[in-house]
Amino acid sequence: MKTLPATDVVIIGAGWTGLTMAKELASRTSWNVLALERGPARKTSDYLDDMDELDYAIRLRMMQDIADETVTFRHTPRDRALPVRQYGSFLPGTGVGGAGEHWSGISYRYLPDAFDLLTRTVEKHGVKRLPEDHSIQDWGVAYDELEPYYARTEAMMGISGKAGNLRGRRIEGGNVFEGLRSGEYPTPPMKTPYLAALFEEATRRLGYHPYPLPAATTSQAYKNPDGISRAGCSYCGYCERFGCMIGAKAQPTNTLLPVLNKRKNFTLKTGAWVRRIVVEGGAKGGQARGVEYVDPSGREFFQPAEIVFLASWTLNNTRLLLLSKIGDPYRPDTGQGTVGKNLTHQVSIPAAMAFFDKPLNRFMGAGSAGIAVNDFDGDVFDHSNLPFLRGGSLYTVCYGFRPMANFGLLPATVKARWGSEWKKQALHYYDRTGRISFYGEHLAYRHNYMDLDPLYKDRNGDPLLRLTLDWRDNERGMAQFMSSKAVEIARAMGAREITPFPGLKRYDATRYQSTHIQGGAIMGSNPAQSVVNRYLQHWRVSNLFVLGASAFPQNPSGNPTLTAVALTYRTAGVVIDRYRKRPGALA
Amino acid sequence: MRRRHFLTVSVASVGGLLIYSLDRRPHRVLAQERLSLGSIRIDLRHFTESEALDVAAAAARILPSDESGPGASEAGVVVYIDRQLAGPYGRDKYRYSVGPFAEGAPEQGYQGRESPRDIYRQGLARIAGMARLQPAAQDQLLRTLEDTLFFNLLRTHTIEGMFCDPMHGGNIDMIGWQWIGFPGPRMSYRDEIEQYHGLPFRPKPLSLAQVLGKRVKPSEEE
Repeated sequence: MKTLPATDVVIIGAGWTGLTMAKELASRTSWNVLALERGPARKTSDYLDDMDELDYAIRLRMMQDIADETVTFRHTPRDRALPVRQYGSFLPGTGVGGAGEHWSGISYRYLPDAFDLLTRTVEKHGVKRLPEDHSIQDWGVAYDELEPYYARTEAMMGISGKAGNLRGRRIEGGNVFEGLRSGEYPTPPMKTPYLAALFEEATRRLGYHPYPLPAATTSQAYKNPDGISRAGCSYCGYCERFGCMIGAKAQPTNTLLPVLNKRKNFTLKTGAWVRRIVVEGGAKGGQARGVEYVDPSGREFFQPAEIVFLASWTLNNTRLLLLSKIGDPYRPDTGQGTVGKNLTHQVSIPAAMAFFDKPLNRFMGAGSAGIAVNDFDGDVFDHSNLPFLRGGSLYTVCYGFRPMANFGLLPATVKARWGSEWKKQALHYYDRTGRISFYGEHLAYRHNYMDLDPLYKDRNGDPLLRLTLDWRDNERGMAQFMSSKAVEIARAMGAREITPFPGLKRYDATRYQSTHIQGGAIMGSNPAQSVVNRYLQHWRVSNLFVLGASAFPQNPSGNPTLTAVALTYRTAGVVIDRYRKRPGALA
Repeated sequence: MRRRHFLTVSVASVGGLLIYSLDRRPHRVLAQERLSLGSIRIDLRHFTESEALDVAAAAARILPSDESGPGASEAGVVVYIDRQLAGPYGRDKYRYSVGPFAEGAPEQGYQGRESPRDIYRQGLARIAGMARLQPAAQDQLLRTLEDTLFFNLLRTHTIEGMFCDPMHGGNIDMIGWQWIGFPGPRMSYRDEIEQYHGLPFRPKPLSLAQVLGKRVKPSEEE
């Protein structure tokens, strides 16, 4: 293994959180900042060729190579874990920009009470309402502390939307249930596709509060505070699973990389697969000395560094901590240990499929061009007679309906799956099929967690990460309730036929849900219960910071990117203002 | 070296001769120069000719050519499947295929050892001679396979071959896209997205190569 010249800062992973940290450190300090990215280099012009459903949306060209590495999955600790051999329920990105290149760009802030979930829920509903086996925790950071960083993130990305709570004033047409915002969105809402317009009209008539989805696919030309200009969205429909060819969708490569490319103290190395973080000084309170990585030809390197930022997406963050033997692995039988704890995904369901008489032109759109209602979010509605806690967003988005994936979606009344009758019905319904979706909270439970698989290995011979994950009655009850609401909305939209969601049974690793996996290296105010402190600093290794949604103690329903980046900005500020002058524990 | 195989098809049966109007009514265009060819030979990369004919016959029962419009035959679905199986997909490049292999719960997904090529090899044995059967007998045979991995893969591939970008070998002359009214890749709907509410927007589709003015290398050629 070759030892390379030391650097001040090494960042593992060049996605949203890694490159946001790099931009802040390289712009505001003289530190030499090195980002190591396992996948290839990427740039906006690469995406001119990508409007191909097969290679990008089905063969998944932008995703981590699953032949090299996957995860294993089982429902309970009693079951046998098997590899997820083909991508299903989530899609980890790779390459510069990470999953931030192929994302849809829906950019929610979380509800204020999501950050103190345990405290607020007990206050309001009592300890007895908490599910048996839950492991819900507070974040150790409050919404009000995070608000300025949310605003900075929105400004950096040029998020389009309409405020519903401007400095405490409720505004119809925005999300009136959202937490207090210090300012309006940087750009106005996106255009409204037909299906979303039907949803908006119907939900308003039902007495709900529809609002345009906050979108990182910016509605008009925008120049951000870093001086980066981007074009407005053209609604071509190639966002989700694709990179944006005109740069309208905020992606690390078009928003952060242009700033970083001007900094002499920043270096980006691609094809660098980090296998270990090297820590000296024992389990109690060591210091990270650097990282070991392997390049595509198999050569191994040791990269010494003064500070290590782990920013390699939720699952890989946890896996690298476990492989590097940093901290105590979580044990569900005793509840001891922290690494791998509180794995959550998201209650993401097609709450109702709605079939219409008129054509919808659903090939037009963008990953976040849609309308939502949050009348059933968090604790904003009455749960007293409901068999579940919390909630989420009901929405419809016209992300760009693609024919290979969607031809043959039919009402339940059509029984044929092939042949002339099926073909005739599939033709009729092809552009008359709408979906009302639901994104809901996934609470944390003691037996949903991650550890290293004892059997299966990656290309380098390292153990795969093992996910133990299943739904509980809280998620099942939530899905059923939200599906019934979605059916009412679909009816009000004038749907001819409606298929409700059949119900959540067991966690299904084959059904795409979202790439919003959380936990494993969670933040908190108690080192016995969390991996990192409220500044995302490792409790025991003070020169190691773990960025991303791995820090979320549980899933608060909406899309995680905005919060993950806001937390990164906050950490960057503390590192620059406090840690740089006096290294050591910040909390 | 594998012996070269060709699929010989009548020009009357492939796309390009059937043009669909925007209201989806088929018009048969009898272009003299095309008719004079009589038949065309398509280079096969994976199947033998008889395998290709059997797969084409099966795909044509999943998406038949009938009064609702063109089917798998006109779109060249079998050409698409042939190229996919010959390429990285066919040899399982997009799957974690490290053992041990064990039967799992349905929610753990496909756990078999067999690659798409292997699954087709097994399926082809079940449909050998399909091309020579009458449609009713073909349907009867396919019904006995409905629960197999092979049939589900074939059904998925038939839909893919009907609606893929033509660079992948199927959807010849964008016949599938014309049929369902999908415009294909298009740079912008900024002017249409709020105008065509409840009204069909059905421009003539363009392929990726036509939109970009250059050829793009598809994954099967990696």
